[in-house]
Amino acid sequence: MLSNTKKLLGTPLLASLLVLLLPALAGASEWRLNMTQGVTEVSQEVYSLHMIIFWICTVIGVVVFGAMFYTMIMHRKSKGAKAANFHHSTQVEIIWTVIPSLILIAMAVPATSTLKKIYDTDDADMSVLVTGYQWKWKYEYLGEDLSFFSNLSTPQSQIYEGEARGENYLLEVDNPLVIPAGKKVKFLVTAQDVIHSWWVPDLAVKRDAIPGYVHEAWTRVDKEGIYRGQCAELCGKDHGFMPIEVHVRSQSDYNEWLTQEKAKAAEIAALTQKTFSFDELMAEGEAVYQRACAACHGPGGEGGVGPAIIKSKVATGPIDIHIDVIVNGITGTMMQAFGEQLNEVEAAAVITYQRNGFNNNMGDEIQPIDVYNFKQGN
Amino acid sequence: MAHGPDKGLSRWLFTTNHKDIGSMYLWFSFLMFLVGGVMALIIRAELFEPGMQIVDPNFFNQMTTMHGLIMVFGAVMPAFVGLANWMVPLMIGAPDMALPRMNNWSFWILPFAFAMLGSTLFMEGGAPNFGWTFYAPLSTTYAPPSVTFFIFAVHIMGASSIMGSINIIATILNMRAPGMTLMKMPLFVWTWLITAYLLIAVMPVLAGVVTMMLMDIHFGTAFFDAAGGGDPVLFQHIFWFFGHPEVYIMILPAFGVVSAILPTFARKPLFGYSSMVYATAAIAFLSFIVWAHHMFTVGMPLFAELVFMYATMLIAVPTGVKVFNWVATMWKGSMTFETPMLFAIAFVILFTIGGFSGLMLAIAPVDFQYHDTYFVVAHFHYVLVPGAIFSITAGVYYWLPKWCGHMYNEVLGKTHFWLAFAGLNITFFPMHFSGLAGMPRRIPDYHDLFADWNMISSIGAFLFGAAQILFLYIVIRTIVSGRKATQEVWEGSHGLEWTVPSPAPYHTFDTPPEVK
Ligand code: HEC
Ligand SMILES: [Cu+2]
Repeated sequence: MLSNTKKLLGTPLLASLLVLLLPALAGASEWRLNMTQGVTEVSQEVYSLHMIIFWICTVIGVVVFGAMFYTMIMHRKSKGAKAANFHHSTQVEIIWTVIPSLILIAMAVPATSTLKKIYDTDDADMSVLVTGYQWKWKYEYLGEDLSFFSNLSTPQSQIYEGEARGENYLLEVDNPLVIPAGKKVKFLVTAQDVIHSWWVPDLAVKRDAIPGYVHEAWTRVDKEGIYRGQCAELCGKDHGFMPIEVHVRSQSDYNEWLTQEKAKAAEIAALTQKTFSFDELMAEGEAVYQRACAACHGPGGEGGVGPAIIKSKVATGPIDIHIDVIVNGITGTMMQAFGEQLNEVEAAAVITYQRNGFNNNMGDEIQPIDVYNFKQGN
Repeated sequence: MAHGPDKGLSRWLFTTNHKDIGSMYLWFSFLMFLVGGVMALIIRAELFEPGMQIVDPNFFNQMTTMHGLIMVFGAVMPAFVGLANWMVPLMIGAPDMALPRMNNWSFWILPFAFAMLGSTLFMEGGAPNFGWTFYAPLSTTYAPPSVTFFIFAVHIMGASSIMGSINIIATILNMRAPGMTLMKMPLFVWTWLITAYLLIAVMPVLAGVVTMMLMDIHFGTAFFDAAGGGDPVLFQHIFWFFGHPEVYIMILPAFGVVSAILPTFARKPLFGYSSMVYATAAIAFLSFIVWAHHMFTVGMPLFAELVFMYATMLIAVPTGVKVFNWVATMWKGSMTFETPMLFAIAFVILFTIGGFSGLMLAIAPVDFQYHDTYFVVAHFHYVLVPGAIFSITAGVYYWLPKWCGHMYNEVLGKTHFWLAFAGLNITFFPMHFSGLAGMPRRIPDYHDLFADWNMISSIGAFLFGAAQILFLYIVIRTIVSGRKATQEVWEGSHGLEWTVPSPAPYHTFDTPPEVK
């Protein structure tokens, strides 16, 4: 009976150890165990605080669990142990109240100073307004007249159809945030719809993006490179699919990038004046639709979180209302205002596509200038 | 005067007997435990490997939300109320609860609350999908229509908890046997007394916050809508003012259970009884002034961050006192390791590990990296699964012989323990690693970097799930066919509950016992 029980105790314990060790033995490369040290002064301070408190806990753990295992082994009835009868000792109790208190005070000192650093957003060299949307980020370079949206760029087929996953699966975007190395960059973080959280582990920056609030955070990265992160606050269906990609470049590369982006923006502004053919609009519209609308309205317009576009009253109704829905959204619902997120060309294209794709066959088309005029209120 | 139970269904529907009601609470919570567990397994199955295979992201969010709500409000809290119903009167020498009819009512509204909550899964737009913390405006403006049913379900659960608490307080304060002074009460009674006060203090806050949501959704207010001049952060302050004491509501009675079991099997009195009582009270008090440590990243002013950080770190002190006292209770005892003892010891070890990660999370600057990652998931599962669930399980093995008059099978019980112990650690320990590696919580899909730990967690979860089926089998087998239990049940047992026969008769302590 006794040996039976022992066996029973032993087997699962061994098995569980094996399960934990097996992968380590297999030598897989991905076994990240610990927090990143990151690439900023703050992230390194945070890392060392993390290690200090970890070792404090480990030491306390060794003492407490050591005592427990010692007594469990030595003071068993089966070994003939007789129970003592003590039940309190003021002295001991005072000791184990005071010592932890002292350790905590010692820990609070460095923690306070790092926290102060995290909060010190003064004297920034530049500022970026970061806005969370369901489910993308918008970056606005303050004082530079440049802003753009940053969407997940991992193809849906990798996520839903089991296609081979890319190297940066779910951590890649179409338009990354680019910042110069060695400069103090201030982030002003807010959100348009629900609460999000902008988190890049290597920078140790995590700030909740909250509608109605603009909160500050900052970083200074000396090492050029690409740093990835994710939205950290549950924000609805595609919370897991709104990554962050930060490119840190030398000042001169950064300047070059800035000039290029501004030129691109000017080009798009010029395109607003241009008249597109029906086919051009439909092709562009399909791309925009799959990128920006399919998540809610279904890739084939069949609906999902949002209503179906097939035979939709809006898509087959008056054009003005349709433009209004896309530009201004439907207040109080998940249908957000796309007026800012899509440029005039994209908006015109996606409207045309919704009215003529999905067998809606309305036979009309919208030009960018129509959207432009609508936005101007005429 | 004393008569037996009614026959058939009416026994259960109309009963005012604390033992019957206790049993119903316990069975109900076990059912909810299984339902919430199945949801957890759906989550773990989807997370077994990267890519979306089994559910869609929206349903995934419904599962995380419902899993949390059901486990907190359906499994853990009713289980402790069930234990209180059974044991508080037996421990203080009272014939029943002070307010028996209300007792019946507080139980019987629960199945309706959970039926309502469960029914949202079949509604258009699906069940609540905004996490068990239901942050506005995701849970208001952006919520599925079923949120209204969620709100009413929470109201009913709150009413049930408040009535249960009033009853427990009234019983403890008024119905103790002569000689049973406050400082002679078993620690389980003490921890429940304090828990009941916590419940009465915070459940109305929860009711308030969901009512504000209801107003925002249906009656045009804008408490939490920034566009209407409201404040989404206000929601979080109110929620966590409820939510933080809530986590102690789920753990204080567990302290009581463990403080009953360890002395029995160490055959030695509890070490530091009065400091245990004071530590419990201190923890309860501190639990009201630390709520914003759940919100270190929302952008509070530096000063507020510091205050909440210091207060949170302070909780480690009374919690440490408890752990040290338990170890001292075992020290130089004459220990045997029956199933309840195994669960109780695992509680002390694993809860302490959860306490360590809690201390790490308290360090605000580091919390910027931990917050909303799997590290937090690992932390609160370490305090809740070995904390609440293991202590409830320990309590069931410990008192089951008293309840049904039969001994459970020790070999099966130990098998259950080791399976659950292994399953728990395989599931939750790797989550520390995936969290530190940077995996956010509540995501249905992830980068390959996190793949290995997630696969291990999923394997562990199924093992843990299987262990609970064994538990069900053991309990049923004990009730129908176990060996007869003695009155004391355990060699080292102390206290009034062991002075009544096993099984405890339908009515006990009709004349109060004398406590010396
Ligand atoms: C976050 C989810 C979401 C996204 C993304 C989204 N929509 Fe919507 N959309 C909705 C919802 C929800 C409604 C219904 C709102 C209501 O209750 O009236 C809606 C309604 C509409 C309607 C009106 C349909 C009808 O028949 O009433 C149109 C047209 C529309 N959306 C177009 C678009 C376009 C074009 C895009 C992409 C640029 C897009 N939506 C992206 C959620 C979304
Ligand atoms: Cu988000």
